[in-house]
Amino acid sequence: MMAATASYPRRWRAPGLFGSPGRRLAFWAVVLAYLAWSLSTLNIDTARVLAGLPRAWTILERMVPPDFSRWHLLLTGMAESIQIAIAATIAGAVFSVPLGIAAAANLSPRPLYLAARAFIVVGRTFHEVIIAIFFVKLFGFGPVAGLLTLAFSSAIFLGKMLAEDIENMKPGPVEAIRATGASFGQTFFYAVVPQVLVKTLGVLIYRLDSNLRHSTVIGIVGAGGIGQTLSASFTRYDFDFASAILLTIAAMVAFGEWFSDWARRRLR
Amino acid sequence: MTAHQQPPRGTAPARTYPDRWERYSPRERIVHWLWLGGIALAAAWSVSALDIEWAFFADAHEQAVDLVERMWPPRWSYLPRIVQPLIETLHIATLGTMIAVVFALPVAFLAARNTTWNQGTWLIGRAMLVLSRSINTVIWGLVFVAIFGPGPVAGICAVAARSVGFIAKLVAEAIEEVDAGQVEAVESTGATTLQVYGVAILPQILPVLIGTTIYRWDINVRESSVLGFVGAGGIGLLLYASINQFAWSQALVILIAILGIVIVSEALSAYVRSRIV
Amino acid sequence: MAAEVQAAGRPRPLLAVEGLAKVYPTGKKALGGVDIVIDRPQLVAVIGSSGAGKSTFIRCINRLVEPTAGRVLLNGQDIVALDRKGLRAARRRIGMIFQEYNLVERLSVMQNVLSGRLGYVGLLAALRYRFPPQDIQAAFALLDRVGLAGYHDRRADALSGGQRQRVGIARALMQRPDLLLLDEPTASLDPKTSRQIMRLVRELVAERQTPAIINIHDVALARAYADRIIGMKDGLIVFDAEAGSLTEAALTQIYGEEDWSSPQEEDEDIPAGAAAMASLGMTS
Ligand SMILES: Nc1ncnc2c1ncn2[C@@H]1O[C@H](COP(=O)(O)OP(=O)(O)OP(=O)(O)O)[C@@H](O)[C@H]1O
Ligand SMILES: [Mg+2]
Repeated sequence: MMAATASYPRRWRAPGLFGSPGRRLAFWAVVLAYLAWSLSTLNIDTARVLAGLPRAWTILERMVPPDFSRWHLLLTGMAESIQIAIAATIAGAVFSVPLGIAAAANLSPRPLYLAARAFIVVGRTFHEVIIAIFFVKLFGFGPVAGLLTLAFSSAIFLGKMLAEDIENMKPGPVEAIRATGASFGQTFFYAVVPQVLVKTLGVLIYRLDSNLRHSTVIGIVGAGGIGQTLSASFTRYDFDFASAILLTIAAMVAFGEWFSDWARRRLR
Repeated sequence: MTAHQQPPRGTAPARTYPDRWERYSPRERIVHWLWLGGIALAAAWSVSALDIEWAFFADAHEQAVDLVERMWPPRWSYLPRIVQPLIETLHIATLGTMIAVVFALPVAFLAARNTTWNQGTWLIGRAMLVLSRSINTVIWGLVFVAIFGPGPVAGICAVAARSVGFIAKLVAEAIEEVDAGQVEAVESTGATTLQVYGVAILPQILPVLIGTTIYRWDINVRESSVLGFVGAGGIGLLLYASINQFAWSQALVILIAILGIVIVSEALSAYVRSRIV
Repeated sequence: MAAEVQAAGRPRPLLAVEGLAKVYPTGKKALGGVDIVIDRPQLVAVIGSSGAGKSTFIRCINRLVEPTAGRVLLNGQDIVALDRKGLRAARRRIGMIFQEYNLVERLSVMQNVLSGRLGYVGLLAALRYRFPPQDIQAAFALLDRVGLAGYHDRRADALSGGQRQRVGIARALMQRPDLLLLDEPTASLDPKTSRQIMRLVRELVAERQTPAIINIHDVALARAYADRIIGMKDGLIVFDAEAGSLTEAALTQIYGEEDWSSPQEEDEDIPAGAAAMASLGMTS
């Protein structure tokens, strides 16, 4: 059934997308050429891949049923991930405010603006795991590195969103408050904050949710949380425990997503 | 509205006015404090349980400076060695995304209320979405390395496994919002279900499908840069090795290269999407 | 009070603008040397076609737009020469009212009105809305005065345009200003509300003995409520006299040739050629 659904569209995709049969042909030629090139450069060991398929079955078999008997270990790891996520969101939020102001073209002087934007662009480029490994090198293994990693990337993400909201706000009220002789700080709290507060809170809740998700992965490089437990269980071929962890993570992430949707809807 | 027509016209108000005004009622104030207290408690719980060794922070800046000094200058002679892994990283992202599209389409039709067969198939579709989305690409990498052994195949599968849910979720939302009139028009010609999907729905969701796929591709470039940390191929392997060998000036070259490909692919993706949508 | 000072024969005018000029970074010369003197509390209307530089003029006075040259003397103090801190102090004494009201929409009416006192309280007090009791009293009195008694806890975005503009006026008056600047305060309002607002402004000028400069497109409103009319064209003042002496010739000088006596609606759809012929007919 699925295969049929997938193959049918192909016949109809062409006219809308490519216009003429010639361009459709060109598209598929490019795709095929790319496949040939990439698969040849990747030098994939076909034998090992084929051997993997039955192994996948074995692993799957060993994953079911999931083994929740070491629940205390699971719970400790989960709690640590949640703690990392909460602390990182709060710390990130605190640092995002100055960053967001500095990166808003309508509030900050040009050189500062450019510097803040460059910082955001570079910081956003690197995956959390890369940042985590640097903090692990600086602060040693453990949750502190994870906390700092997520705080850093949260500050950058929240700062970027804040800067965009500040740039999109109405300039009129800011001008009006400034015209009363208010200081920069007063203008910020009276004209800028009311305009961006609700959106920013929404983004903050979203970020808490996504930190929860990221906190499960930075453990891979030793930055604490459930990811460390998971990674250990995989290296020890402890697949039934791994599947228990995976299920718990999935449940927590689904709950986090639901919570974040709910909380953002409640912000009027 | 007509108060300014009142007789007394003087600088001093004829009536007396309250000289106290509170922004918040006592109840609102209590609620605010409760929120603040709750957040403070959550923060305290999180930070205290994390067992933070504050002493580490004392010399953190020195360590950071030390690190920067050891990284600089970048060892450019290492650049030729990383070209192949960089290409591999891009391939992992691209092939993974391509596979994901193929699987995402049927999953999206399963997970959209108006195209799924029944409650059961809808639940299956939703469960696939949740499973795929809630497990990070890197963790999928762990799983597939266990299956296929280290190498780019595990990376491609990891990228595909995570992207299926991402693409399918957005496409399913688009399917649920398609113009029902067009669907009915095709249905009334006596077309089979699959024909309806192909003729009436697919063209409508195509822009979303393409846009989402390209967007996911540039996310995947970023994700593939670290898949090597768990042995799933790409540049991450060399970065991990360089850092573990304290070859910092070499690590810096890799970081700059990653910066380059991520920024370029992000710009490319934004450009293509702006042309299409 | 200011009138008494005037009666005492003090030579210093309330507001004197000398050679005020503005060239925008785009190279656009929006103000080409403007001089005016206001020596008593009066309502001064500034008219002129779109792009004549009215807003630029008014904004250069409190330096929301930084003038390129010239002086603005408010009670003898040159605002253009002030540093940031001095400028903030000077702005406290200049109330400004905007076409789009520029209220902070998510704040309540009271918060908006009190923001007129920001220049006088510290940051922390402002954050906690700790304003002196006499300010709060004054705010209630002003809301009553502009016809919004009882509206203090309404959110600003739940008000009509006319009500918002009244809040804007109350906010400006909270500053106890020495000068009021109004940039097309009635342009977004219906004719009746416009007249109410103009009447209110006129009364307030008299009550508080505060001069006001008002940009306005509606010549009839300007004639009806202003004491003095200034006509601007291409960044220069081309007319400056009592409201009564605004003749059709003067209007032509300010706005260009037009049949001022015919109803406005009629000439809207006239093609360019016909309009030119009509204006030829008028001049011949
Ligand atoms: N920020 C700016 N940058 C560049 N040029 C500007 C700027 N603001 C105004 N101008 C130009 O300066 C001239 C005067 O503009 P101003 O807004 O003062 O006119 P106005 O008389 O208030 O017009 P209106 O009646 O339409 O409000 C116009 O030609 C305008 O295009
Ligand atoms: Mg204007």
